[in-house]
Amino acid sequence: MSATTSEKTADLTAGSSWKALVIQPIALAVILGLMVWWLFAADLTETERITLDPGYLWGLTLQHLKLTAVSALFVLITAIPLGILLTRRPFRGVSGLFMALANIGQAAPIVGLIVLFAFWMGFGTPAAMVTLVAYAFLPVLKNTMVGLDAVDARLIEAARGMGMSALTVLWKVELPLAVPVMLAGIRTALVLLVGSATLATFIDGGGLGLLITTGVNLALDRVLIFGSLLVAVFALIIDWIARVVEYLATPKGL
Amino acid sequence: MSNSSKITGATILLENVTKSYGSKKPAVNQLTLEIPAGQTVMFVGPSGCGKTTTLKMINRLIEPTSGRIVINGEDVTKMNGDDLRRRIGYVIQAGGLLPHLTVGANVGLVPKMLKWDKERIRQRTDELLDLVSLDPEIYRDRYPKQLSGGQQQRVGVARALAADPPVLLMDEPFGAVDPITRQRLQEELIHVQAELHKTIVFVTHDFDEAVKLGDWIVIFNEGGKIEQYGTPEQILAHPANEFVEDFIGSGAGLKQLGLARVRDVRMRQLPTVDLGEDAAAAANRLTEAHAIRGVVLDQHDRPVGWISRRHLEKMSTVVLPDEKGVPTVGESSTLDDALDTMLVAGSSEAAVTGARGRYRGVITVNTVIRAIEGLSHEAVEEVSVPVGHNTGAIPVATTAENGVITYEMAEDDQQKEDEWLTSANREWSETDRQKWENYSSLDPAEDVVGEDPNLKGSGSERA
Repeated sequence: MSATTSEKTADLTAGSSWKALVIQPIALAVILGLMVWWLFAADLTETERITLDPGYLWGLTLQHLKLTAVSALFVLITAIPLGILLTRRPFRGVSGLFMALANIGQAAPIVGLIVLFAFWMGFGTPAAMVTLVAYAFLPVLKNTMVGLDAVDARLIEAARGMGMSALTVLWKVELPLAVPVMLAGIRTALVLLVGSATLATFIDGGGLGLLITTGVNLALDRVLIFGSLLVAVFALIIDWIARVVEYLATPKGL
Repeated sequence: MSNSSKITGATILLENVTKSYGSKKPAVNQLTLEIPAGQTVMFVGPSGCGKTTTLKMINRLIEPTSGRIVINGEDVTKMNGDDLRRRIGYVIQAGGLLPHLTVGANVGLVPKMLKWDKERIRQRTDELLDLVSLDPEIYRDRYPKQLSGGQQQRVGVARALAADPPVLLMDEPFGAVDPITRQRLQEELIHVQAELHKTIVFVTHDFDEAVKLGDWIVIFNEGGKIEQYGTPEQILAHPANEFVEDFIGSGAGLKQLGLARVRDVRMRQLPTVDLGEDAAAAANRLTEAHAIRGVVLDQHDRPVGWISRRHLEKMSTVVLPDEKGVPTVGESSTLDDALDTMLVAGSSEAAVTGARGRYRGVITVNTVIRAIEGLSHEAVEEVSVPVGHNTGAIPVATTAENGVITYEMAEDDQQKEDEWLTSANREWSETDRQKWENYSSLDPAEDVVGEDPNLKGSGSERA
């Protein structure tokens, strides 16, 4: 009896996913290291040297990060509250409408969407950000709602029965229990954002996509591959950070 | 907490309470019900009869459409619902523990909301875990999913008691645990209540559970209509109408076994034999007592087996002839449990044990059968029943010297209530009957002993 329960206790503190959490950053660091080593060791042509200049790369990366971060932040501060609101009893009726809208945002091809927004709002970073927000909205909204809906109604009633107010129940019971599902949605959205932000370059929105388009346009295969790899590594780093947050924020005992 | 020896419960009055959803028939219609202070009142009835709705109206998880809820003389119908609920303990099936909080944090939830300081919460938590037989050192920091169903349920009870509320509402709390655990939880609740004297309102669909735990039983019919309100003894001996009769089933005498304790009946005394003593002396004692068999006790006087004179004659010192053991029941168990134990063991007798498992005597199936016969003829004590009806008349409160509030009907209203309770127009339709028969697994078998399929379980298999 005591043996089995102590095993269970161990399970709670050390889930099976911690190994993946350690391996992923190591692998990413190795890849990134190899890329940097190649950058300095390879025999680059003059154009390649200019496009792959470390300072220039750093600038592009920061642009990309900004695109992703700002749109992600905007998605979080709109989609999560909306998801919470739509699961409250008075608003349940209209949740279908909002889900349909969010679905359109994601179902429409993002390349088309980004151009449409550019024509409407003018070329540049703001239009790119709006597109990204529309694109990443659904997974966050949907997972917020699914996560909250999945909380056992009897638990909510028990909590109300103890004298917790509706707001306290949301804050202390519903959200903590919905956190794993919500964070999974946020992670999906973030990875989507990092990838999709490469398209910003088409409407002059900046970011690492520039490396890829330059590579394609000037037939610089090495720049193209380097750019793609950089975006992929960037996406995986964001994914890893989100996984760590998920791991830490998931309440014990679930 | 300081006056735990006295009644800490509060009187509850539901005054002409109605709950209706839209245009449909009201779920609870014009219910007036007094719950006496410090007593356990069981709500039983078929599903959809409004018993759970009634319970939840007491802490206003469900707001009554009309009528008043009065607790200890105070009208709580209009007060802040959250504040009210912090003053009332609430236990649901499987405990309703928050899975992301430790056992300790779960128990400390209400005190925390009431802004007790940390040290006081910690002390109270440990005290309560102790009360429900969970070692605080072991369980305080565990998470609910690391506990068994029965343990979770205990924590649920501890949590409900945390802020020492005068009233405890329990909504089919033991419905989800296995029969053996349920029996233990029920016994623990009896002990806890004997210590604390809370006002407990307990919803169940298991009539045996109601008989076992209740000071009073309210039998509800559809629409929150009270069919009978009385002590278990009264209801078993004098069911008010056909509805109640059908609910109890024909085994009323058997159900009274749930009321009688083993220590109340005459036990048989068999000669006892100590392990390791001289076999010849033991055999002599059996002969002197004209007994063919004796009970073997270990060094702590606990019964460990039967032994016959023939066996003894073949031994030099007493050893156990077989490893079958002996069915035992505690002397404070109900006759129902005793019978259960014998049937499960396939034996016609069981050893009765007292404190620390010491041997007290032997109970046989015959003893139990005689008790059944005796019980069904025993006169039931006349006691005045708390107020409970659906006539719409409102009772008058009186406060006793010790501060306990009781209610009474005005004289002509009382008459109305009596008439109502016995009125012939409370018809009992075929559909009602069918509902009962599908609902309760009580078999209307006529034979009292041996044939009744329910005999086996004081609630076993009756989910």
